[in-house]
Amino acid sequence: MKIAVCIKQVPDASTVRFDKEKGTLVREGVESVINPFDYNAIEAGLALKDQVGGEVSVLTMGPPQAQDAIREAISLGVDNGIVVSDRAFAGADTLATTYTLAKAINKLGAFDLVICGKQAVDGDTAQVGPGLAVRLGIPCVTCVDDLEVLEDGRKLRLKRMCEQGYDIVEVELPALITVLASLNIPRVPSLKGKMRAKKADIPMLSAEDIGAETSKVGLAGSPTQVATTTVPTFDAKREMLEGEPEEQVDALIGKLKEAGIL
Amino acid sequence: MLTVDLEKCIGCGECEDACSFGAIEVKEDKAVVDLDKCTMCGTCVDTCPEGALELDKQESEASGINPDEWRGVWVTAEYRFGQTAPVTFELLGKGRELANELSVPLTAVLIGSGVRQHAQELVERGADRVLVVDHPELEQFRDDVFARIVSGLARREKPEIILAGATAMGRSYIPQVATMLETGLTADCTELEVRKEDRALLQTRPAFGGNLLATIVCPNHRPQMSTVRPHVLKALEPDASRQGEIVEITPTDEELSSRLKIVESVMEKAEGPGLADSDIVVAAGRGMESEKNMALIHELAELLEAGVGASRAVTDAEWLPHRAQIGQTGVTVSPKLYMGFGISGAIQHVVGIQGADMIVAVNKDPEAPIFDLATYGIVGDVKTILPLLIKKIKKERGV
Repeated sequence: MKIAVCIKQVPDASTVRFDKEKGTLVREGVESVINPFDYNAIEAGLALKDQVGGEVSVLTMGPPQAQDAIREAISLGVDNGIVVSDRAFAGADTLATTYTLAKAINKLGAFDLVICGKQAVDGDTAQVGPGLAVRLGIPCVTCVDDLEVLEDGRKLRLKRMCEQGYDIVEVELPALITVLASLNIPRVPSLKGKMRAKKADIPMLSAEDIGAETSKVGLAGSPTQVATTTVPTFDAKREMLEGEPEEQVDALIGKLKEAGIL
Repeated sequence: MLTVDLEKCIGCGECEDACSFGAIEVKEDKAVVDLDKCTMCGTCVDTCPEGALELDKQESEASGINPDEWRGVWVTAEYRFGQTAPVTFELLGKGRELANELSVPLTAVLIGSGVRQHAQELVERGADRVLVVDHPELEQFRDDVFARIVSGLARREKPEIILAGATAMGRSYIPQVATMLETGLTADCTELEVRKEDRALLQTRPAFGGNLLATIVCPNHRPQMSTVRPHVLKALEPDASRQGEIVEITPTDEELSSRLKIVESVMEKAEGPGLADSDIVVAAGRGMESEKNMALIHELAELLEAGVGASRAVTDAEWLPHRAQIGQTGVTVSPKLYMGFGISGAIQHVVGIQGADMIVAVNKDPEAPIFDLATYGIVGDVKTILPLLIKKIKKERGV
């Protein structure tokens, strides 16, 4: 089975701090990591390869330093990886991103399965996976919690979660799936994997390399634009209940009674 | 690309401070842009007192679409497991408001098997018109079929706005609709407004983990598409006297063809109202200190018949299951009373509780940001406050 896993490098949430006065993120000391859900996507690819054989490629769109993410994926066991990187890609919304990724995937060849994480934790849109499936002209199953290979790898049986329960979905390959964290437990890099990652050659492909039209990538190819950004403010009463714990709790009980809750 | 007019730049550093990506640095009294880091969000442009920064938006693709040909507001209804999802009514409430502002009709699109009988309910909740696509083969939700039907209808009818629920189903097929139509889609909006002068839909959503609110526009493409989480918008009360047009649409064989086969659909969560529907929510944060102390949260919740929620730290530590997580990547709640214990108030969590009528916060740290949005705040140790609160409520109740 030929598998492509799409990953994204995101700021490590545990190192991001926010400057309330300025209304900006403090980027100093912020590390970039692989989007947490993408580890599950990588693991899903590797597990399928372990089961039925094949090849797992990983790709990402991002700045040159996104090579680090690919290197980490290689240390986990994927066969190869590329970074699609070009200044023309800056400012891409999800529509431009799906165009770029689809161009890159088509450049790499034919895949039986494309796997994405459920969503990236920096944007939380969950839009790139389903959009990419349309660009590639293949069916899409999101929120996969369990998967089983049927008919020697020509078909997958998937458990797709939703608020009310789940569906069991069968799809013929090629297809795209987005996976939940509950699907698997990602493996850790092996020593051999780490050595291989160190030496791995990670190609960087530009817009021209993947044959992308510049009007369809980055800001130019993005229908949505950020009009304004604001720091959220809250219009709250902010009444502090003072005193000893007994008094504080008594005051709260009083307020809850007043509001008709108790 | 972002350019700096070096004649105008006075090197004040306002842009450097404003940039969330560390892409601008003042060197030798002039702003220098690191194009590898710049995402062209445009935040810096507005902050420059000298007007020295310019974002070249002329590169923006001419979409070949004339926005004036697109009129009307649409809501895609969600019908699953024999029920119209409540988010549909919430979207119709907001859709009604937007349609009135724009002086256009509000249309609901209802897809499924045996759904014709539910069309009138959508009219009662605000729709002027319902496009009903009712077919036995639409019993199951298959992304490709639903996406093709909605995009096909949108191409023919040209609505200027399409709103959908940010549910598992909406988040799955609506991005496919947007890609088929090659238009913009903004996920998880918390606010929607019309800018009257150019009929633009202002779509506000949390960005950067909720630390900022970004207002997104889709100026040159149509339709303008947004998804909204359940419980963020308010539904209108049903009005049985409302009249609307119900249009039945027959899907084509091509639209019904699918590469997905649904073997089985299982409804698991039929029992009682979930966390999102609770009138009272008791939420636990990292400040609960240990799993053992969670017993206090459960005891209070039981006493108040409240739902139990948590911040991400607590569900990550598995003191509570992931479905209890409230916030941008979890559940949105809008109860009459929310009580947060040991919750600091990271914006990631806070965006999920803004709809609460009353917010009570208990935290040791007087500087905890949760107090900024609390109706009532108590600075104190949850291990002291919770047992007292439980005891006194029991006394009130005569238990």
